[in-house]
Amino acid sequence: MFKFSEENLEKIKQEFKKYPVKKPVVMKALYIGQEQNGYISGEVIQEVAALLEITPEEVLGVVTFYTMYHQKPMGKFHVQVCTNVSCMLRGGYEIWDQVKERLGIDNMEVTDDSRFSLEEVECMGSCGTAPMIAVNEDYYENLSKEKVEEILDSLKNTN
Amino acid sequence: MEKIVLPEIENFHQIDVYIENDGYKSVKKAFGQSRDDIIDQVKRSGLRGRGGAAFSAGLKWSFMPKTDDKPKYLCVNGDESEPGSFKDRQIFEFNPHQMIEGTLITCYAIGAKTAYVYIRGEYHKWIKLLQKALDDAYDKGFVGEKMKETFGTDFYCDIYIHKGAGAYICGEESSLMNSIEGQRGYPRVKPPFPAQNGLWGNPTTINNVETITNVPKIIEKGWEWFAGIGEPKHPGTILFGVSGHVNKPGVYELPSGTLLTDIIYKYAGGVPGDKKILCVIPGGSSMPPLRGEKLEGVKMDAESLREVGSAIGTGGIMVMDEDTDLVKVLARITHFYHHESCGQCTPCREGTGWMEKVIKRILRGEGSTSDLDLLISIATNIEGNTVCALGEAAAWPVRFMITRFRDYFEERVSKQINLPVMNKVHSMRNTAFPVADITK
Repeated sequence: MFKFSEENLEKIKQEFKKYPVKKPVVMKALYIGQEQNGYISGEVIQEVAALLEITPEEVLGVVTFYTMYHQKPMGKFHVQVCTNVSCMLRGGYEIWDQVKERLGIDNMEVTDDSRFSLEEVECMGSCGTAPMIAVNEDYYENLSKEKVEEILDSLKNTN
Repeated sequence: MEKIVLPEIENFHQIDVYIENDGYKSVKKAFGQSRDDIIDQVKRSGLRGRGGAAFSAGLKWSFMPKTDDKPKYLCVNGDESEPGSFKDRQIFEFNPHQMIEGTLITCYAIGAKTAYVYIRGEYHKWIKLLQKALDDAYDKGFVGEKMKETFGTDFYCDIYIHKGAGAYICGEESSLMNSIEGQRGYPRVKPPFPAQNGLWGNPTTINNVETITNVPKIIEKGWEWFAGIGEPKHPGTILFGVSGHVNKPGVYELPSGTLLTDIIYKYAGGVPGDKKILCVIPGGSSMPPLRGEKLEGVKMDAESLREVGSAIGTGGIMVMDEDTDLVKVLARITHFYHHESCGQCTPCREGTGWMEKVIKRILRGEGSTSDLDLLISIATNIEGNTVCALGEAAAWPVRFMITRFRDYFEERVSKQINLPVMNKVHSMRNTAFPVADITK
């Protein structure tokens, strides 16, 4: 059974101060739940709903609307490759193919060892420093094939 | 040329450096004037929204009710998801305090006690940078209840960051409000407009990050000064984000009305390999594209761009050289809008999907000339038939790309129509489903 840790519960309580009602905290609570649980499970949804005094359906509605909430476990390193126009013009698809081949997985798939997952993302706001990839929360910009190899090598050796 | 939004001062993002350079003085000056005075100055300055619609900021503020019977809110829009747009992150990183100061002045002018800065979820780094700046400003007593003491006024307001979670549509103002309220980011039907019925049914104003960042300088130096910069009908500087096939992509702050060719060749270093330009999208991917041979004399401001059949949008200039595959570009753009359609309105939800399918057919080399007309027909059926402007954002690139580059697309669809499926449907209608005799 999923329960928020004491520390995370405190974080969520702090968020309540920002808004006149509890419901807006749902986005932050889901982020915290995703971080603690690894992904948004049905139990996370139930727990968030109980905490915010809204229905689980309302929470599920939010989960399915936004692309950054995952309803299945993703890899330890979630690699996001932008292929939108500005990146595409500067080699975004070459990098997409390179990462796909190197990791041996396709869009929204996870490697067998659960270390990597891959996502083709829409514009991340790095058009001036294209092409780019993001790994979890970090941006890597102005990429070349060699730089991508280096990044993936270093992740492979990171615990 | 003086920079307003991104001044070239080292470590300007640090609160001490910002204060040394007369930071948080404009807000003090503003508190010495009446709310109406502030709105009037911003109106006269001619400051227009930098988020896409280029609507007068002062006029927008004046729509807020003058009474204080309901709480009022300000939303600062930093969702920045339009492909080709990457300017707001520069403000979060290099000039967060001027944005905070602008937020304070705006809150005072419209009578809001709470401001939410909505930032897209992918901007983890920039959210942290802005949060640090906000924490510093709170500590120094520039934001929150301590403002009363610091500035010696009755007015105070709080600023909070609301983190998005990956949805382009949340940059649309009513969708942004729904997202802050903790709902799916569906745009709302207007009217009622946010100034009457916004966050939790209360009066709300939504301004872009760049718009807000201009405000302190207008108060400091006066509206006449601001109105004198660039084009009179769209004054001030604009952050132009140049991307694609240029030697020096990046954000350039330049007076409105700067020549598009100057931006591309003088500032962004021209096209690699001195290739010719095939196409430029001047304001982010949803704006009508311009042909490469028609760039001479095009000025970058809302009015001038309207005259040449495009729009300023977010000032994201995407440059494509002569070797670019425009069908692929259009397919990618259409895929984006299909992916980002919220699904509320049928013309957009279905239309974007069909446009993507038809363009991908052309991309595979299986298109026909009638496909081009079919695409224009789908696009025109989306436009104006949706709750929000995503309909137009999806339809414009398709309609204008095909009409303006008709020759280019015609070459790619040389085959004539041959749709056995279509014939099958016709024959079925005549045999299996005879038309009912209504005379009986």
